Amino acid sequence: MDLLEYKGKHVLARYGVALFKGKEASTVDEAVAACDEIGYPVVVKAQVKIGGRGKAGGIKIAENADEAREYATNILGMDIRGHVVHELWLQEATDIDSEYYAAIVFDRSAKAPLVMLSTQGGMEIEQVAAEHPEALATLHVDPLVGFQAYQARRLCFEAGVEADVVRQVGDMIATLYEVFTKEEATLVEINPMVVTPARRVVALDAKVTLDDNSMFRHPDNAHLDDSTDADPQETMAKERGLTYVKLDGDIGIFGNGAGLVMSTLDVVAAAGGAPANFLDAGGGAKAEAIVASVEVILSNPNVKAVLFNVFGGITRCDEVARGLIEAYGILQPTVPFVVRLDGTNDVEARKLLADAALPNVFAEKTMDGAAARVVELAKS
Amino acid sequence: MSILVDENTRLAVSGLTGREGTYHAMNNRRYGTNVVAGVTPGKGGQDVEGVPVFNTFREAVAATDANTAMIFVPPRFAADSILEAEDAGIATIIAITEGIPAHDELLVYNVLKSNPDVRLIGPNCPGILSPGKANVGIIPAAFFKPGNVGVVSRSGTLTYQMGNELAQSGFGNSSIVGIGGDPVPGSSFVDIIALFEADPETELIVMSGEIGGSAEEEAAAYIAEHVSKPVVGYIAGLTAPPGKTMGHAGAIVSGSSGGGQAKIDALEAVGVRVGRTPTQVAEIAMEILGG
Repeated sequence: MDLLEYKGKHVLARYGVALFKGKEASTVDEAVAACDEIGYPVVVKAQVKIGGRGKAGGIKIAENADEAREYATNILGMDIRGHVVHELWLQEATDIDSEYYAAIVFDRSAKAPLVMLSTQGGMEIEQVAAEHPEALATLHVDPLVGFQAYQARRLCFEAGVEADVVRQVGDMIATLYEVFTKEEATLVEINPMVVTPARRVVALDAKVTLDDNSMFRHPDNAHLDDSTDADPQETMAKERGLTYVKLDGDIGIFGNGAGLVMSTLDVVAAAGGAPANFLDAGGGAKAEAIVASVEVILSNPNVKAVLFNVFGGITRCDEVARGLIEAYGILQPTVPFVVRLDGTNDVEARKLLADAALPNVFAEKTMDGAAARVVELAKS
Repeated sequence: MSILVDENTRLAVSGLTGREGTYHAMNNRRYGTNVVAGVTPGKGGQDVEGVPVFNTFREAVAATDANTAMIFVPPRFAADSILEAEDAGIATIIAITEGIPAHDELLVYNVLKSNPDVRLIGPNCPGILSPGKANVGIIPAAFFKPGNVGVVSRSGTLTYQMGNELAQSGFGNSSIVGIGGDPVPGSSFVDIIALFEADPETELIVMSGEIGGSAEEEAAAYIAEHVSKPVVGYIAGLTAPPGKTMGHAGAIVSGSSGGGQAKIDALEAVGVRVGRTPTQVAEIAMEILGG
């Protein structure tokens, strides 16, 4: 679960991470009131889960209430590379002496948390690594031992942190590590971490990703989830317990098993088509789950044709066929379906479909053949 | 020969008394796997269709000489169960459970790392099948027969798809190992490929990877140095958009890492032939083996 900047900051604030005064708002009036309360100048920041907000015009400094109103009006509702701004974060604007970068990432390859610190903040870390490797210090933490004070010192001195703020920077990294482990984050990134003229070290921005699988231990964090707000199909799928990702194309995809569904998307793309979604009905899907899946797929108005690609292991093909027949009765789809069922009980499944003689449903034997057929149907 | 599970496997199942646990453990037993014990705290002394249930792994091992564990408990209990199996001296732990918290997996991996006698497969995996010998997990064994192709995969259904195409062309498998779709698998492609390289029965290795992480790139580097047998690869998720988790918790392209094309390039650079579709993988395998 990726958190919006301000929600990440609320989590950091619980641990005492130094932050600038700020407030969130979802309307223009709320935003102006928040700015008045904070005191000008105020930074008006679009809350979207994508980088490059500043360049897109999503971050402005308001010197007074009129400007605050103007910027809030412009930024709310703005589309930043496909992400519509529904909320703003208003934050006191201050002068800055230095911009640093600090992050803790879940390093899958090393199977350990990776801590990174750089004295070149404000830019993408990949760019820092390429252009200023001398200003980037990294180390892995043994998760059984935890983050130690000497590791903070090592990072600070290796990255070239200014001597008078080494202690503050080190303390902040230690706190970020605490957030990383206690909240079960997979990313805590502060870019930039700034040094003010008064020599205070403050987290100016925040990017926090929490592990969805650990939510049962963190009921307090459930309200931070807004991942499905924007998309009606994803919300609908989540309510029905399906694994669904909305994509840009026009071919609806139904499959079982994440690997096979990913592979299906690739094969459809290779055949010249564009999938409208990823949908994994999971192992052992019953008729009910199949009806729900078809409902979600067809609720996307872009869908012009649907591909069922199932290899039955635990999932029984006859169960999938029954589900599809039931879904047809309830939903009466107008778009064509291509169905490829292989594996457990496939013969029975094909017979069921043949007997039902659903209009506009085409059976194919192979995955590649089914992909070619559905692409052709979506184009016609 | 085969790897990891065979006729010497003595299986203890954590979660045997649950509905799914019973169903799959009994399937495994019908296939010929020696299912010797179940472990469910508080249900010691009961039995499931004749398989004795114990309160702890220690009791199960003491009474039955179990050497392999299958973990079938819900995500919140799974890490604890894996650590318990390791503590009881189980050598091969196969974790089927999906949805284990990432930090739990980190803890488990780093605890098990210091024990050279234990191997964890999974979590979030379909298990291991050595056709004709033993099946531990949820792989539908009916599609596979004994043979000389070793398969290691991050995905279950894709494995069945490829295995079925191979079987229909007359090829069988030494072992099929699902390493799982999570960010911190207990065993990597490298670990399993090393076992297949050392297994005399295996003549060809199929590795089925997907987007996310760098396990396929690490496998490529390992293959270049240490593997003499032919390897055929597949990567799922080439067209997946960055930043989206594609079903498996580990299947995500983040920033510049984890993309599918880079994995294909890394494998092809060391001479691994990579099929562009599951069907092509089977075709390449048959071509190499002379089918």
